[in-house]
Amino acid sequence: MTAGRRWAILLGAAALVAAAGGFMRSSYLLGMLVFIALNAMAALGLSLVMGFAGQVSLGQAAFYGIGAYVSGVLSASYGWNPWVAMAAAVAAGAATAFLIGLPVFRLSGLLLAMATLGFGIIVYYVMVNWSGVTGGPSGLTGVPPLAVGPFRFDTDARMVWLAWGWLLLLLGLAGNLVDSRIGRALRAVHGSEPAAQAAGIDTARLKLGVFAAAGASTALAGALYAHYLTFINPSPFGFAFSVELVVIVVLGGVSSLWGSVLGAAAVVLLAEGLRSLLPLLSASRAGAEYEIVIFGLILMLFMIFLPAGLTALGRRPA
Amino acid sequence: MIAGPLLEVQGLTKEFGGLTAVRAVDFRVAAGQIKALIGPNGAGKTTIFNLISGALEPTRGAVFFEGERLPTRRPHAVAARGIARTFQLARLFGAMTVLDNVLVGCHRRGEAGWAACAFRTRAMREEERQLRTRAQRTLELVGLEARADVPANLLTYGEQRLVEVARALGMGPRLLLLDEPGAGLSPAEHLKLAVLIKRIRDGGTTVLLVDHHMDFVMDISDEVLVLSYGEKLAEGAPQTVRRNPAVIEAYLGEEPD
Repeated sequence: MTAGRRWAILLGAAALVAAAGGFMRSSYLLGMLVFIALNAMAALGLSLVMGFAGQVSLGQAAFYGIGAYVSGVLSASYGWNPWVAMAAAVAAGAATAFLIGLPVFRLSGLLLAMATLGFGIIVYYVMVNWSGVTGGPSGLTGVPPLAVGPFRFDTDARMVWLAWGWLLLLLGLAGNLVDSRIGRALRAVHGSEPAAQAAGIDTARLKLGVFAAAGASTALAGALYAHYLTFINPSPFGFAFSVELVVIVVLGGVSSLWGSVLGAAAVVLLAEGLRSLLPLLSASRAGAEYEIVIFGLILMLFMIFLPAGLTALGRRPA
Repeated sequence: MIAGPLLEVQGLTKEFGGLTAVRAVDFRVAAGQIKALIGPNGAGKTTIFNLISGALEPTRGAVFFEGERLPTRRPHAVAARGIARTFQLARLFGAMTVLDNVLVGCHRRGEAGWAACAFRTRAMREEERQLRTRAQRTLELVGLEARADVPANLLTYGEQRLVEVARALGMGPRLLLLDEPGAGLSPAEHLKLAVLIKRIRDGGTTVLLVDHHMDFVMDISDEVLVLSYGEKLAEGAPQTVRRNPAVIEAYLGEEPD
């Protein structure tokens, strides 16, 4: 796809989203649209990590949480301008990913999965136990919404514009990236690592770059989440959300950028469906636990029957 | 002008557990030469390539390129010095087009980083144009310009081998390592390959190659090194080596084609 055509599609999508934000009145539906954008943004980087670096992160929720807490704490407790706080959150996400990736990508194998699994658990416990800063399990309130002058992104409709605006911008930049010298190098690593190295590509550094970019985009989504809800607590940043992000990527199609949007939409709709359906099936309030079981099942079925994800359905067989 | 050899291999030894694949091998490759490593299967030819290109770490010994010691276990750093290679079994990026494969070979000739690529800066677009022109020319050199936009895994085996050579040439190497470039080619393709390798040498790239095919090697090489069980058996001009009794003995029982 040429760069011009890519941006034309994105502008078309932006127009649709702008219309949705302008005309839809249901805050329930608008809220779902916001979450589709946030989840897609969080999954976008992960899809590059899985599709190109060939490794999976099982702790991506931690970057979402780092983004939310860094931006939330800096703006709510220290009075930083929310945009500056958000930039700090993105930097924190990238820097943390870089530090974790530094030892991991020098070695081979599925070490990233192990390292990030442990990392996710540690970050979660820090959020719960570092009460002085994070507010502990009861959370942090009073996170200010983002604003441009007097225009505050404090309604669902305005948040749809903001979240989708960022998502489409990131999709455009990621599309440019894939279609460039760096993107070719990434695809080469995916094709044959020894051959990529023989061509002079420092594959370890490249993978580290992808992982840091994923950390940044996931942290950006987390920061937007914090300024959207204006309240955060640790529970959405646990292992279940990390699994959900992996499911989004697999569902949409690994290494397909639009796949993360498709996957996020599918997962958000599915989660909403389950939430209304499960209480009917069981008297207990174990909905969230059933959710992860069903996601696991979907993950297995996709791996077996549709490994290229939902985006593959639209393509003609080669 | 550097007076010494382009590549110098000193006391190169590689042990895999109890097995010595390469034992104290010394040789030099002068700039502008085509040099061949030959020997029966398991003689250690590909291991030597892997040691030079940094894919493996030598147990003892070292490799010097333009007088400087090459890094080990960092193939990309060896490539950055100007050494390109192909593999015994073509390792193409199958899902990518032929042109993209060659563009990956040109990676080191570009500088555009993450931000420049994401924002498609003017400098990045200009560089991209230059790289594409370069990749096109390299494809013309190997005669595959008509296949530029075809996914690499749809090419014939012979064509895939040529794409690998083009990809290796993309970086503009001073030394090209060809690992059995003729394996699996038809006699006609073999002839074309010989012409191509000479043209690469005449273009200023020194060539070190590994092959089984005696006639092919003897025809194109300026110098031949014969290996047997990881050790150097003979070295010199093709005609001299061919008459060497030790070489004849090592190849006895094998088809001296």
